[in-house]
Amino acid sequence: MGANESGYIGQSLRRKEDRRFLTGAGQYTDDVTLPHQTHAYFLRSPHAHARIRSIDTSKAAKAPGVVAIYTGADLEGVGGLPCGWLITSVDGTPMKEPPHPVLAKGKVRHVGDQVALVVAETRIQAKDAAELIEVDYDVLPAVTHPVDALAPGAPQIHDEAPGNHCYTWALGDKAAVDAAFAKAAHVTKLDLVNNRLIPNAIEPRAAVASHSASDDSYTLYVTSQNPHVERLLMAAFVLGLPEHKLRVIAPDVGGGFGSKIYLYAEETALVWASKRVGRPIKWVAERSESFLTDAHGRDHVTHAELALDKDGKFLAMRVNTTAAMGAYLSTFASCIPTILYATLLAGQYTTPAIHCEVKAAFTNTAPVDAYRGAGRPEATYVVERIVRQAGVEMGIAQDEIRRRNFIRSFPYQTPVALTYDTGNYDATLDGANELADVKGFAARKAEAAKRGKLRGLGYSSYIEACGLAPSNIAGALGARAGLFEAGQVRVNPTGSVTVFTGSHSHGQGHETTFAQIVATRLGIPVDNVDVVHGDTGRIAFGMGTYGSRSLAVGGTAIVKALDKIVGKGKKIAAHLLEAAESDIEFADGKFTVAGTDRSKTFGEIALTAYVPHNYPLDKLEPGLDETAFYDPTNFTYPAGTHICEVEIDPDTGVVQVVKFSACDDFGNIVNPMIVEGQVHGGLTQGIGQALLEGCIYDRESGQLLTGSYMDYAMPRADDVPSYQVSTRVTPCTVNPLGTKGCGEAGAIGSPPALINAVLDALAPAGVTKLDMPATPHRVWQAIQSAKAAS
Amino acid sequence: MYAVEYQKAKSAADASGLIAKSGGRALAGGQSLIGAMKLRLAQPGTLVDLAGIPELAGIRVESGTLSIGAMTRHADVAGSADVKRTIPALAALAEGIGDRQVRNMGTIGGSLANNDPAADWPAAVLALGATVITHQRRIGASDFFKGMYETALAADEIITAVSFPVPRKAAYVKFPNPASRFALVGVFVAQLADGSARVAVTGAAPSVFRAASVEAALAKAFTPDAAKAAHVDAAGLSSDLHASAAYRAHLIPVIAARAVAAA
Repeated sequence: MGANESGYIGQSLRRKEDRRFLTGAGQYTDDVTLPHQTHAYFLRSPHAHARIRSIDTSKAAKAPGVVAIYTGADLEGVGGLPCGWLITSVDGTPMKEPPHPVLAKGKVRHVGDQVALVVAETRIQAKDAAELIEVDYDVLPAVTHPVDALAPGAPQIHDEAPGNHCYTWALGDKAAVDAAFAKAAHVTKLDLVNNRLIPNAIEPRAAVASHSASDDSYTLYVTSQNPHVERLLMAAFVLGLPEHKLRVIAPDVGGGFGSKIYLYAEETALVWASKRVGRPIKWVAERSESFLTDAHGRDHVTHAELALDKDGKFLAMRVNTTAAMGAYLSTFASCIPTILYATLLAGQYTTPAIHCEVKAAFTNTAPVDAYRGAGRPEATYVVERIVRQAGVEMGIAQDEIRRRNFIRSFPYQTPVALTYDTGNYDATLDGANELADVKGFAARKAEAAKRGKLRGLGYSSYIEACGLAPSNIAGALGARAGLFEAGQVRVNPTGSVTVFTGSHSHGQGHETTFAQIVATRLGIPVDNVDVVHGDTGRIAFGMGTYGSRSLAVGGTAIVKALDKIVGKGKKIAAHLLEAAESDIEFADGKFTVAGTDRSKTFGEIALTAYVPHNYPLDKLEPGLDETAFYDPTNFTYPAGTHICEVEIDPDTGVVQVVKFSACDDFGNIVNPMIVEGQVHGGLTQGIGQALLEGCIYDRESGQLLTGSYMDYAMPRADDVPSYQVSTRVTPCTVNPLGTKGCGEAGAIGSPPALINAVLDALAPAGVTKLDMPATPHRVWQAIQSAKAAS
Repeated sequence: MYAVEYQKAKSAADASGLIAKSGGRALAGGQSLIGAMKLRLAQPGTLVDLAGIPELAGIRVESGTLSIGAMTRHADVAGSADVKRTIPALAALAEGIGDRQVRNMGTIGGSLANNDPAADWPAAVLALGATVITHQRRIGASDFFKGMYETALAADEIITAVSFPVPRKAAYVKFPNPASRFALVGVFVAQLADGSARVAVTGAAPSVFRAASVEAALAKAFTPDAAKAAHVDAAGLSSDLHASAAYRAHLIPVIAARAVAAA
């Protein structure tokens, strides 16, 4: 496909990476096999909470094929896994950060907590040997629910965190909120649970670690969304290695959704052990281990109140949330229910005063951290559920109550710290109304009623903050890292281009999207551009991929590097064309002396840079290879409206999503097909949360009851409808691409749209309360409870 | 999976002998057993493979009965013209088991011998009053299913075929568990050749059972409304993450009514 006037931007190019994925030529971590490789298996705690009296590995050590066995006692001098974001409580004290040992020391705190590492010649031998390890546990009472964990008398999980309390954090002007509630014409109150989710990337976590005796360096292949951050945390904070002695490679990665952002114990233990064993070690999680140990998502319990005037204008919102942290603080756990949650509670609305208090609790469960959307789905769920309920209570139509409160003047400073740069919320609401054929809904509802079915329509007008983040603002809020991105553009002598990005692609299609930008800017065929990611040995630096940041931040870093390339190219062209540099224009792959037909192609300039025979060597270095770091000045604010239409069978409680319409504003779009794919995936994950998924621990024993696909319901193709999607564009003002990000929007906007639709459908049955997931059993029970109450 | 000895049997009697000798287990389609072994929940020392034994194969229509060999794969039942002609409900049931991969490997005999509380085949066998034929004897459906994962089979007894009397009409409707898509409640209804109504329920209790109240209602009128009006008591029904006993009790007449409508 050739370039048109705007180059490849806006074209749905087929993904460059798909050929290798579709033909089985992808290279995943488990595809890496190193000479003399050994295999690891982790013995894990069968108990949610127990003291370890003793561990006897003597029998296991004699088992066939065993190379080494390590327990927590062997890791003297090895640090705990760090948390990357410091949250300060309302009383000024720092959050509680109990140690997060690489292998359990003294205690286990959730089912699946790693107790011992067995290294053997084969994976089966390692697993067999692990069964011979004798651990004497003193089983303790467990607590898995965040509200239970903070209750007096709850089992104490960490000595360092009395009452299992991690922090109590707040945002907003409480006095202003209280004053607004005092004069409100109407107050809507709502209790909500945001259900705990298990990420379920199709590729389980995996690692291959090796040590080179020749230069005392380590190489780690790992399923990571951000290899440089992994290296920094592991080397500097846990193992005490010089950073330049650890190379982290995240090759093809089969999905992350947040769960592969974090530094995990397993790969850390492997790197540590690889030097002691003197051979490479591979570990690949079994699916059961993924359920037990991948960082989970959500798990909030919330009470929210919205104050309105007599016309349905929002005056103030008050939100109290209890959030589970799990047994240990995962890498970004602390900032998810705070910085990425409370700041989004303004939504698309002009609510002048908002106050949110968040209590974080340790629980005897897997850690909780960012999962597609990370705090923003939880915020959107609160806002869009309570807005619906307010509309119902005040008799204002669902689109109307939103329109009465939309922000229309930009930039807009919210009462919860963010400044929205641009947006057009009426446009996306109108777009969604069109897609959803809202006008025809009454007729469809009547037709469904004839068949004994209940139809409902639900809205969700979401906003998210993406493009993380201005490092100085993040730092002021407690971030312990920068949030810029790096990009390098290497023009090869023959004019082809290799791009090195600190973003990581694990399903997002960066190899295509980034190549489209580079090819367009340089006026060269897209096939002449390759994108390299996921290797600290090849890429200058990177903060990785999460928070829908790759195009807005990583893409902009590449654009900045391209600007440098073009700037240098102009200098070379000026020399060759014997013109002033200021007279050189670059367009369509040609450097031209303005107002003349004298020009040099991009390829000629590239060759000259590397064969500098006729070259201003006294003023200019040869070569054409530039790196840029980009730190954004603001977040980006994708937004849109989703409308869900459901049909419910009152006899069984089955909810069928019959139509789902999403009109989104992602700013400028580089590849519409990839964006649509991201939206479809996000919507399916959001519908999964609202309709099917729910991680359940036994409240007494702490055992994971949804530990396999027999009990944890993932969305399947026939659970979702054929989506209706469209976009409206207000270009982002923060970055030169004018782009906002699209990766999480579907998962953020869709859950409240679905539940609002279910509540709309069930309103005639008298149902007013329903938590996710809207399983048949739960819907049927809601109908029965309403019957009993009436 | 632990290491396991593999043996291939030549006949049902040979298989029985090999199992008796080794203390191992029969391997039919392996769709439950292999999965359990991979999770280390089952660890037979020996697997005796029944694949390829001629007497366990084949679908035959005889006077008033449909006989399905024990090693017949679900996909082959689903695609059989003889089954579709005589008892189409069985073809539809087979088509709804698991996924395509499971249907291409899993067998009717393996499913019955395993007697998973949420398996589909036991409902058909019990509702139609089928006979389970082993290499030693014939076992009536009402004597075959003994409890959760329990049957009347001896450890070394091999099912060779299942003989279904052809009913006037029959249908099976499965209400799936949203996660596993096994039956949360599966109801097989049949109006037998003698006009009597039989209703068997799977997924709702530790083992397949006949829903007496629904049968009584259908004896009066074999109509969806009659089935739906029946009352099923929740006592003895399973209660788990996905459904309370009360919900299952509610679903049985609802799903039975849909099966009657489809019959």
